[in-house]
Parts: sequence; structure tokens; C-alpha cells
Amino acid sequence: MKDRLQKIREEAISKIQASDSLEKLNEIKVAILGKKGELTEVLKGMKDVAAEDRPAVGQMVNDTRAAIEEKLEEVKNNLSKAMREAKLKSEVIDVTLPAKKNNVGHRHPNTIALEELQRIFVGMGYEVVEGPEVEYDYYNFEALNIPANHPAKDEQDTFYINDKIVLRTQTSPVQARVMEKGKLPIRMIAPGRVFRADEVDATHSPSFHQVEGLVVDKNVTFADLKGTLAQFAKELFGEETKVKFRPHHFPFTEPSAEMDVTCFKCGGKGCRMCKDSGWIEILGCGMVHPNVFKMCGIDPEEYTGFAFGIGLERIALLKYEIDDMRLLYENDVRFLKQF
Amino acid sequence: MNTPLSWIKAYVPELECTDQEYTDAMTLSGTKVENFERLDADLDKIIIGQIEKIERHPDADKLVICQVNVGNETIQIVTGAQNVKEGIKVPVVLDGGRVAGGHDGSRTKGGIKIKKGKLRGVESYGMMCSIEELGSSRDFYPEAPEDGIYIFPDTAVVGSDAIEALGLHDTVFEYEITSNRVDCFGVIGIAREAAATFKKPFVPPVVTQTGRGGNAADEISVEVQAPDLCTRYCARVVKNVKISPSPEWMQRRLAASGIRPINNLVDITNYVMEEFGQPMHAYDLSTIAGKKIIVRRADEGEKFMTLDGQERILDNNMLMICDAEKSIGIAGIMGGENSKITDDVKDVLFEAATFDGTNIRLSAKRVGLRTDASGKFEKGLDPENAKAAIDRACQLIEELGAGEVVSGMVDVYPNPVKPKRIKIEMDKINSLLGTDVSLDTAKEYFKRLEIEYDDATGEAVIPTFRQDLLGRADMAEEVARFFGYDNIPVSLPSGEATAGKLSFKMRVESVARDIAEFCGFSQGMTYSFESPKVFDKLMLPEDSPLRKTVNIMNPLGEDFSVMRTTSLNGMLVSLATNYNRRNKNVRLYELGNIYLPKSLPVTELPEERMQFTLGMYGDGDFFDMKGVIEEFFDKIGLSKKEEYDPTDKKPYLHPGRQADIIYDGRKVGYLGEVHPQVAENYGIGDRAYIAVIDMPEIVDLATFDRKYTGIAKYPAVTRDIAMVMPKDILVGQVEKVFDEKGGKLLESYNLFDIYEGAQIKSGYKSVAYSLSFRALDRTLEDKDIVAVMDKILAALKDMGIELRS
Repeated sequence: MKDRLQKIREEAISKIQASDSLEKLNEIKVAILGKKGELTEVLKGMKDVAAEDRPAVGQMVNDTRAAIEEKLEEVKNNLSKAMREAKLKSEVIDVTLPAKKNNVGHRHPNTIALEELQRIFVGMGYEVVEGPEVEYDYYNFEALNIPANHPAKDEQDTFYINDKIVLRTQTSPVQARVMEKGKLPIRMIAPGRVFRADEVDATHSPSFHQVEGLVVDKNVTFADLKGTLAQFAKELFGEETKVKFRPHHFPFTEPSAEMDVTCFKCGGKGCRMCKDSGWIEILGCGMVHPNVFKMCGIDPEEYTGFAFGIGLERIALLKYEIDDMRLLYENDVRFLKQF
Repeated sequence: MNTPLSWIKAYVPELECTDQEYTDAMTLSGTKVENFERLDADLDKIIIGQIEKIERHPDADKLVICQVNVGNETIQIVTGAQNVKEGIKVPVVLDGGRVAGGHDGSRTKGGIKIKKGKLRGVESYGMMCSIEELGSSRDFYPEAPEDGIYIFPDTAVVGSDAIEALGLHDTVFEYEITSNRVDCFGVIGIAREAAATFKKPFVPPVVTQTGRGGNAADEISVEVQAPDLCTRYCARVVKNVKISPSPEWMQRRLAASGIRPINNLVDITNYVMEEFGQPMHAYDLSTIAGKKIIVRRADEGEKFMTLDGQERILDNNMLMICDAEKSIGIAGIMGGENSKITDDVKDVLFEAATFDGTNIRLSAKRVGLRTDASGKFEKGLDPENAKAAIDRACQLIEELGAGEVVSGMVDVYPNPVKPKRIKIEMDKINSLLGTDVSLDTAKEYFKRLEIEYDDATGEAVIPTFRQDLLGRADMAEEVARFFGYDNIPVSLPSGEATAGKLSFKMRVESVARDIAEFCGFSQGMTYSFESPKVFDKLMLPEDSPLRKTVNIMNPLGEDFSVMRTTSLNGMLVSLATNYNRRNKNVRLYELGNIYLPKSLPVTELPEERMQFTLGMYGDGDFFDMKGVIEEFFDKIGLSKKEEYDPTDKKPYLHPGRQADIIYDGRKVGYLGEVHPQVAENYGIGDRAYIAVIDMPEIVDLATFDRKYTGIAKYPAVTRDIAMVMPKDILVGQVEKVFDEKGGKLLESYNLFDIYEGAQIKSGYKSVAYSLSFRALDRTLEDKDIVAVMDKILAALKDMGIELRS
């Protein structure tokens, strides 16, 4: 009995060892451990074993079974592993084949520039407001200290709907509309479309965009104007950016200035973009003119404020080095895709 | 305004700076230098030489060999110039020198290097130059020969610097003068700013007493009938005028300022206009009837021949200069043909007047004639300056020997301007600027600008030429300019904090952009104005309300003359542009306003409605477009089911492939395939699809509020149904039945097959849906589902829909 078990054990283990597939392994399992298997046969013969020997023989059968099962499991694991590896090997792909893209659309460079500006000023506590594009002459000019027949009205090449209504030439009328409401203090920017009677060419468009800024409060100073716009320039063009304020004239601010930033292409060394000056003109600004306050019902002895106006296309053209303004309104997807 | 630095230095003699230093300092103190040009930048080693001997070239008929004395030596130069003569003095560029350009007036950047060489075998050690080769032209050097070498006068010193002799060692600065600084439209004004900027003494030309007897009042009388439009009229008389070229120094300064020298009389008026910013006019005294000047408004419809030979039609808002019988000039704009100076003029009447700036501007516009003079007058000139200018002109006439100046001046100046006085409160100026400038410092700035300070009253006394200084803010700018904008400290507003935010409308628009882009659409921008012809291109009927437009009175042309009432044209033009350029699979969107008049003619602002417009051709169809809209609506919290109504029949869309988009009973937009005829009108050779969402409607409905409703725990049960129905029943109608009869248990439904053709009787289609049922609180039993399905099937049967067996 003992010999028989030993033989079954040795033969089984050597067969298991030699199997090269899960199917063969299963056949061996059935042949030995199955209902009609060799070991099962042995168990069936237990009734012929003397009663006192049965525990020992039983133990021997169980040991044999355990040893075979252990070996089966071991070889099965090895085989599975080898098969997984073979499968992985067969599944190698060329990772350099083209990607499957969703072909996401692209935002207009003007909008990208505007969103940058909004992010910066909203972060500084400015509310973004809008005003009408077709505007009363009063808000576009008179309320901004540009009285009837002022030469500035001609300078801006205004489109007229009638004597009283114009296409706004600037976003500044939004200033007057917000101040008129009388809710103080004010920190706002007003982006939007403006119109001037310029023929279309590489640097002109009869329709373009501005962003107006206005701060009104007690004790607002020219120093605050400088600080705010210097911070804005650093955020938009990089921490290294320096600013320069030059005296200028606008009817609705006094003192007035134009702000230059160090050329963001050459860093101020001088290049084609900044015409070798190292500086690029970015915006106009100034302290709100007392006459504008008076027109809007704010006491200029109590309140002061500053305002600024930025040409959005100018920022977009400079920042993205676009050499022809017409591209912004043609909507050729080969252009738009680059943003 | 272009001015040579030499002219500025004439009045600021101690000014010492490089061109760049001048540019930077002037710009920072408020007189912006746009750019500058060194006149001698491309000129090098050019001296005055004298031709001593000319011989024929042995091998070339058109060349001659000149021996030229250049001071310390005599060199041989071969030339083809026709005007060389022995004895003349000419500019000679020596071996290794440079000239600015070619004989034909063309310029070469950096100049052209001249080297010794051989011309047809004969050595040549330099070149004699024409005025064009020196970078200028006969316009500015009228004495130069038309074709040939420039010839100096006999007084020129051989061997000396020819560039110097021509006045080309100079730099011309171009300034951008802002409209408020009328005083800086003259050299004197700029020189005053330069002196103040560099803290150097300002020495303007001093006009001494002029006149050699007689009295102007005996020669001429002046009557101003329109004192509201003519604030001052100064008249002086010059007798026995001798017309000749003006002196070289005057010609050079005018040339450098871009003004062509003509003769002494014209040059003097131009010179004084440049110097003082005051235009003047000269009349032939003999043409003035009654020896009388009358300044009055023109007659309505009056015809008048200006000195350019054009007939002008006037109206009675225009101011005229007249004599006792006739009009002789349009005030401030142009003189008349009938009184113009000719070469045989004997006696001249000089006029220096000031007029109402607005009137001149509007008159110039109406008469269609904007001159240098009107450009200055329209800014509103200082009447005090008029007298200074006319005296200066008379002084120059005497100095140049151009005529005999009659003493005295006829001066009609009923309301002399008085200097304004502005209270100076340094605390308020400092608190506006954020600075700490002392009164003494401010007074010092003012003094440099010829602004006096009255210690007794604490007021600044503003000179009349500074018409821009009206109040405290203006004085603060003067302080800031000379304190230096750069020196003003930097701070941030310190007041109460404010919340930065976008409006709700902008947030919804921002989602629209995101969704459009996720769906492959790129953002375009198109103009707000377009041609009225687009309505025909879009096949809109004559009575379409979209043809009621807000019109521009002064458009750039018909193509830009009406404010758009639909965003379609812009989108179709953009698609067509891409199609023409062979771009494939184009998807564009735009967020832009349309402008709807509230009344016609326009009396109030039109309604501006933001339109979210999508357009595409190539891959994708109607249902892709529909998908974009539904994705967008989902994202902005429009959770109800959209409905699509195909009955409106917009003429610009395919009659069978279009629908209004209805949300919650409101029409919020439309979509469809572009009508093939419209696509053809625009030149789009592919099926194109359009969707337009009217944003004000949507913004009204949108919400970013969300409430979590729980994820179902119990399993869903699905039932598939296949139906046969008449073709004209829309699946939307079937879905409406599902929505209405499905109750709470019908969780969702999904169309999985639609089929027409064999096996289905003609005029019918087969439609199959998978319906999914679920309860939130239990596992559904068969009887629950049967109950719901029965209701649905009964309703479908009523519509003539059968289940497919």
C-alpha cells in the first residue's frame, strides 16, 4: 500500500512537472484525483485495510494528495504567468502612431488677451461691466469733457447714427455711466467693441476693442495709478517688466499719461518690435478730470480717481507677434488654430 | 511738427545734449519726440572743392577728367556731369567717404561708400555730388541745378566742410504735439519747453521797433463786423517790396522743417508761422478796394475763387476777409485769387489775426479745404501772439531788405485777453499726485514756464499762450511734469476692499465659449456693420423685419453702412473665406451683438442682443449641431427637454432641415442646414450648418445652482419596442408620449434603430426604442412596468402607431 502510494506520488509529480499547458495539467488532475482517479481508487481499497492500520494509511493517502495538489498549483501558477507574459509580448503597439484627438476648437486671440486682463483686474477687486456699443453722443463725448464742436470729436473719426447717437469711439462712456449711478467706491474695468472711421489695413480696423479701467474713491492718487498699472504690466508681461509714464493729453483726465513697458521681446535692449527703443506703448491713463466728476454728479473736492484705456488688439498683436490686424477679422482657421 | 535742433538751439543757446538725450528728456517732460533724423547720418568726408581744370576723357565721349583743388591737395576726378566748369566750387566726397543716395534721389540705408577707382581706364579719386546724392532735393535747395553737380557760391571756402556749408550737420526732430498745447505748434513754444526741461536760459527772438516812418493807419483801415468770430485783427503795410530768394539760413531752416523755400516774402510768412505758430497772410495792397478791410460773415451761397484757382461755395457761417467792394479771402483758410501776391507786387498788406477755432474747423470741413493755416487756427490761437508774430515778420523784412515797413499797426482787438489766475494749494496738488512737493519747488517749475506766482494772493498768473491751464488739475500736471512722472512714488489704492467679479451674463458667455471649443468650434470675430445687400444674399423677403436697420450716416462705404440685425452674414462670409482657401472641416463660432432699432427713424439706442452663432461645413451634420446646443444648455442648468419646431421656414435655411429651438415654451434660437442657394450666394460649395442662440433669452433661464438627487440603488429594467408609423410623425412626438405617459418610473429612453424601405410599407418607417425603468425605493416588478407600458402603447396607438410584430 505504502509502495503503491509512493509510486503514484512520484509518477504524478513527474507528469505534472512535464506538463506544458493548463489542459494537460487538468487531464493529470482528473487521472489521479478525479472520481475514477488512481488515488481515489486507493481510497476505495481502504475497506480492505485492517482497522488498526486505517489511520496511518489514511494519513499517507492525504499526504500524497496534498503533495500532488501542491505541485499542481505550483506548475499551474508558473504556466499562467508564462502565458500572461507571452500575451503581453504579442500585444506590443507602436506608441508613435498618430493620436486620436477630439479636435478641440480655439479661442480668438483677442479673447485670450481679454481673459488675461480680466483675471488680473478681477484679482485686484475690479468688477467687469459692459455698456452699449451704440451710444449717446452725450456719454461718448460731453460727459467726458469733450463738448460739442471739440476738435477731439473729429480726431476720433466718429461714425454717426444721427446727431445724438454714435457708434462709441472708446469704452470711456462706460465710466460716465457707472459714475452717474453714484455707487462709490468704484473699481471697474469695461471691455468692449469700439468703432472709428479708419479704412481697413494692416494696422487699422474700423472696429476694434478696448478695455477701460476706472477707480474712484477718497484719496486716490497718481501714485496709486502708477502702482496699479505697474503691477498689471508685471502680471501680463512678466515679473521683469518695467514701466515708464510719459505726460500726455486726454480731455477726460488731468494729469494724463501714456504708459510704456519694456519690450517683452528683447527685454529692453532694442529690437524690430520696439523700433530699437526698448519700450512699447501700451495704454493711456490719468487722473479723472474734475469736469468729468462734476458732469457725473461726484464732488471732485471729496473724491479723486484714475482711469485707463487699453487697446485689446494692440496687446494681442504685440503679445502674439501678429503682423497684420486683418487676420483678426478674417477667421481663417489656420490662423485661429495657433492660439 | 518737424523742427531742426539748430533752430531750437538758436533760442536755447546753452543746450548741450545728444539727440537721444534730447528725445528722452523732452518726451518725459511732455513734448513727445516721435523720432529724429540726423541729416548727415549717411554723409562722410565731403568737402568743398574747386574745379581747376577740365579735360576730355580719351576713351569716353560722355566723361570728363577734372582736377579738383580740395584745399590741401588737388585730386583727379572723372565725372559724367554736364554742368562742370572750370572755377566752380562743388561738394566733393573723398576716397572712403559716403553719400546718402543716388543721383536720381533714391536713398540707400547707411549710405553709399565712395572709393577711388578707374573709369574707362582713368584714375578717379572721389566724386562730385548732386544735391540728391547728399540726401536732399531741389525742393529744399531750389538753387541746385536740375540735373548735375551742386554748385556753391563763390564765397565758399575751398577745403572746408561741405555738409556744414549746406546746413546738414543737424538733426530734425518730429514731435507729437497734443491738441491742448497750441503754444507748442511753434518753434518758440518747443524751445521754451526745452529750456525748462534742461534748466537752461530761454532766449527767444527779440522784436525791436520796426518801421521807417509813415503810419499804417493812413494806408489801410480795418472793420471787424463779426467780433465773435475774429478776436483780433492786426494789419501792417510794407511798401516797395523786392521779391528775391530768401537768405540761405532761412531756406535751410524751412527746408529742415519740410517747407519748400519759394521767395523772401513767402518764406518770411512761413518762417514766422513755424516760429510763432501764427499763420499770416499777405495781400497785394493795390488790389484792395477802398484801402479797407472788412471782416464779416459770407453771404449764403456766395461764390469765391481761392488762390489755388478753385471756385468755392460759401455759407453765412463762414468768415470772410473783404475789401470795400469784394471778398478777398476765406478767413483763416485761404486767400483769394483776386488779391494774391504776384512777382510784380509793389505794396503788401500783412495780416495776422485770430479767429474762433471751432468756426474755422467747421468752415474748413464744409468748404472741403484744410490748409496749414486752418490747421493752426482751428486749435484756437492766442491773440497776444498775433502782434508778436506780425512784428517779427516786419523785422525780418527789414533785416532781409525785402521792402520798406510802414510804421504802426492797425489793430482791432476789442476784448484783450487777460492772464488767468489759478489758486495754488500745494496740499491738494500733492494729495492728487501722491507727492510732497514744496511750494518753492513748484514756483521754480512755474518760473521756467513763464508762469508768474503772485505771493500776495497765492495765485499762479497764467501767460495767455497757455490756454490749456484752467484749473488745479492742470497745475498739478505742470508740477508732475517737472517733478518728473518717474519720480512720483508707487502705491496701491488703499480704500475699502471691493469684490472683483464678472457679471452673470459674462459667465454664461464663458460657458458658451468652452462648450463650443470642446465641440471643435474656433472663435471668430466679424464686423458689426455690413452691407444692406446681405439681406438679398440671405434671400430675406422685402418685408422681413431684419431689413429694418440702424444706419450709419457717414459709413466707410455701402459695405459697412448698416448695423447688423442678424449674425448670419458674418458667419457665412467667414465660412466662405475658409472654403475658398480650401480649409477642410471648418467649425467656427462667434459671440457678438446684433442691433435692433426700437423705432425708425432711430430716436433712442437700439436694442443690442448678444448672439451665440455656430457655423460649420465638412464632417458633421444637423444632429452634431444639435448636440452642441444641448451640451451647452446642460452646462448652464437648462435641464428641461429642448423642443424643435420645424414649421417656421426661414428662407435662408434648407426648408426640410431647420428648426426653431424652443425651451420651456420660449423661442431661444434656431438651427439648420444653410439653404443651398444661400450657400451658393456666399460661395460655399459644401453643406453648411448654422445655429444661432439668442443669448438674452438664455441668460434669463440659465442657472449655476445644482442639487444632488442621489444615485439609484435598485436595478433598472429595460423594454425594447419597435414601432411602425407614418413617415411624417416626428420622433419628437413619440418622445413626447414617453415623457407624458412614462411617469416617474420611466428613467430614460434611447432610440436605437430607424429604418425605411423593404419590409416596411411605403409611406411608413420603423422606429425602435429601448426604454429604461427604475424606481428609487424598490426593485420594480413586472406588473409595474406593464402598467406604464400599457399607457404608452395606448397613446401611441391613438397616433396611428403600431407595434412591429
